[in-house]
Amino acid sequence: MVEMKATRDGYGEGLVALGEKNPQVVVLSADLTNSTRASMFKKRFPERFFTMGVAEADMIGTAGGLSLVGKIPFCCTLGVFASGRVWDQVRVTICYSNLNVKIGGSHGGISVGADGATHQSIEEITLMRVLPNMKVVVPCDAIETRKATIQAGEVSGPVYIRFGRSPVPIITTKDTPFILGKAITMRKGKDVAIFACGIMVYEALEAAKELDKKGISAGVINLHTVKPIDEEIIFKAAKETGAIVTAEEHQLSGGFGSAVTEVTVKQYPVPVEMVGIKDHFGKSGSPQELIQDFGLTRFDIIKAVEKVLKRKG
Amino acid sequence: MKINEQTKKLDEIARQVRKNIIEMLVQAGSGHPGGALSACDIMVALYFSVMRHNPQNPQWRERDRFILSKGHSCPAMYACLARAGYFPLQELSTLRKIGSRLQGHPSKTDGLPGIEVSTGSLGQGLSIANGIALGLKLDRIGARVYCLMGDGEIEEGQIWEAAMAASHYHIDNLCGIVDNNGLQIDGTIDEIMSPNPISEKWKAFGWNTIEIDGNKMEEILEAFAEAKTIKRKPTVIIAKTIKGKGVSFMENAVEWHGKAPSKEQAKVALKDLESS
Repeated sequence: MVEMKATRDGYGEGLVALGEKNPQVVVLSADLTNSTRASMFKKRFPERFFTMGVAEADMIGTAGGLSLVGKIPFCCTLGVFASGRVWDQVRVTICYSNLNVKIGGSHGGISVGADGATHQSIEEITLMRVLPNMKVVVPCDAIETRKATIQAGEVSGPVYIRFGRSPVPIITTKDTPFILGKAITMRKGKDVAIFACGIMVYEALEAAKELDKKGISAGVINLHTVKPIDEEIIFKAAKETGAIVTAEEHQLSGGFGSAVTEVTVKQYPVPVEMVGIKDHFGKSGSPQELIQDFGLTRFDIIKAVEKVLKRKG
Repeated sequence: MKINEQTKKLDEIARQVRKNIIEMLVQAGSGHPGGALSACDIMVALYFSVMRHNPQNPQWRERDRFILSKGHSCPAMYACLARAGYFPLQELSTLRKIGSRLQGHPSKTDGLPGIEVSTGSLGQGLSIANGIALGLKLDRIGARVYCLMGDGEIEEGQIWEAAMAASHYHIDNLCGIVDNNGLQIDGTIDEIMSPNPISEKWKAFGWNTIEIDGNKMEEILEAFAEAKTIKRKPTVIIAKTIKGKGVSFMENAVEWHGKAPSKEQAKVALKDLESS
């Protein structure tokens, strides 16, 4: 049985680890301290923790100001508020000035569950990656989220970290190498390459196992950093397999799959099939029901692989 | 320096800055004269008397910080920075031109010394000022932070989020200034979306408020001096000003919010300023 843990727990642990290493790290929360697991940092370093109230725009600006005197602020709220609600503040105050502010958006994707569309963040990748200077990372499990959080605090400039509410399988170990901007090949394959981020990496690995039984060799690449994107690994996969499937728990328009195809078209315009949310809002339900309803399971990935292989010349 | 000698000196700098604003805008062919002229005396007081700063070392850790939240009034700030010695006066003529460090709204990334942060999307500056002030307190640095807002700008909700936070955190090393010239792009603030009564609103948010004539140097200096003495709460100066101040045909005229004078109009403006 695979161990389950929410990626937000990895975020909280990462904040504490960073706080121990660097006294300049400060954390701000817009009244979602437990939900984002910023509570772990608050407990350990209360003097470096700021409650900002239900005022996300002000939180982003305040973080910008703190960074201007050398602090490394992490802003914590749900992804819907951390990206869409404060997009102009992130654009002008943070990204245009290239300030050293980190944004942790919890409750990414529809696996949030019963809270429904208003609280399911399915647009952050699109909204954040379009901003110059912004880095966007979507870790696959709690261990990787911890590492991503620590590295976000160590690189200079704005970083958006997307993580989730529900427990998800642990598929990496503390020894799995993690470098922002460097994708990880989780499984090698010669017929097709599946690029995934976040919780879809696990689904992709399960899909690859099933495909193997059918005699299809599918590689799985954990493309945790959507920006800056690892072009090299995409070119290599496109060239070697000639077919790509992308999988994201996110709106397809302008999202993760789009980011991958923006790369393939430059050198190897191979056929690509995308698994993701097709121009819909989320809705209430259990995480598992929603994943199925929106077509984000391993079976949907398998279908996409079969489809892309037919298109392959 | 005696008070009247000091204000006389500052008034003269303000007159030169106003001339710079007109010259810059006529060369750029666009820009925002009204609010730059209304807030000119406040910025001159800050850069040439109130703030501790060092043009030779713009990143000096102990410096007082100025955030121009109403970023469109940047021609006045650029002229102050140049006159204070941050960069050569000749560079003012590059305003709004391609490749210039003097962007249409203040840009931190284009390398102009003295710009603390990019602004221009209204409503964002006070939150930034709060963050700087909180950070200075964390580091036990005694510097102060000044944030200039417009009276139209305070229609933005984020200003009031920041107003609440500044008072919640007792940010007393922060001084806000509202350039209360009474006009915004579309008309008078009372016609468009009245923020009045301004002073009472800030008081209700827990701020110490000071009301002054924002075009009178002596009152400006007194207000900043008083603000420094207030502990445990932030201070805001509601500065009643005249939009377009100093240029006869621009004063209190809504249409001069965001357009540059023609060469002929600039001649009249400069003549007004010569004789003021």
